[in-house]
Amino acid sequence: MNLRRDVFQAIADPTRRAILVLVASQSMTAGAIASNFDTARPTVSKHLQILTECQLLKQEQIGREVYYNLNPDKMKEIADFVEPFRKMWDDRYNKLETVLKNLKKDGK
Amino acid sequence: MENNSKTEFVTDLQNKKVTITRVFDAPLENVWRAWTEKDLLDQWWAPKPFIAKTKFLDFKVGGRRFYAMVSPEGQEGWSIQKYTSITPKTNFKMYNTFADKDENPQLPGSDWDINFIEQNGTTKVCVIIINESLDRMKKMIEMGFVKGFTATLQLLDELLKMHQ
Repeated sequence: MNLRRDVFQAIADPTRRAILVLVASQSMTAGAIASNFDTARPTVSKHLQILTECQLLKQEQIGREVYYNLNPDKMKEIADFVEPFRKMWDDRYNKLETVLKNLKKDGK
Repeated sequence: MENNSKTEFVTDLQNKKVTITRVFDAPLENVWRAWTEKDLLDQWWAPKPFIAKTKFLDFKVGGRRFYAMVSPEGQEGWSIQKYTSITPKTNFKMYNTFADKDENPQLPGSDWDINFIEQNGTTKVCVIIINESLDRMKKMIEMGFVKGFTATLQLLDELLKMHQ
């Protein structure tokens, strides 16, 4: 399972980022979203599918229509962009752990 | 978080604050040394695949550490840490800036507040970074200290603009 990486791949695409920005202000149907792009409708559907699969978008059935909403929890995970910086610190601190082990071995 | 990382990392974007906490299985004395001695710092400061190279470190209030992160290709990214407050084995504060090779700082920088707490032979280190700007974070990504994920920042930019 590599959900996390998928999320970052998902937002690497400019159209998908534009979709996220669009639905951030209001939930929209696939048709309404597609009308904002010159791209062919099936292409937009594919983007919506990817965004939904990695949980950036949530689907909501209202009557006969499916509306797309931003998933705030998932967005927060990205907006905080914790991951790359946390990784850097984790990497750094793992090294520090080794340094400290060696210090211990060497005595005070 | 679902992974087994031992580093707790909390960002508070609104207040431009990042808090990084980790407990080390080592006495306070050694952890303090690892943070404040040139040779020890250079062994762990640089994230892979960089190497840290400290030109000088003068650990006193008003003193500075001038160091580079050296890439595998030999490219150097210089930084200055100016120590603004020191309470031995408890806390120190520093002002962090990127710099050129001639020690000219590139403002603005960020304020770091590093806290050390001994707990039953282990040592908890809590780093609080204040005024970490988006630009600085971007630069860290551009320089390769933080891998990839430029898209994250682009998205963030768009979201921030939207919420203005």
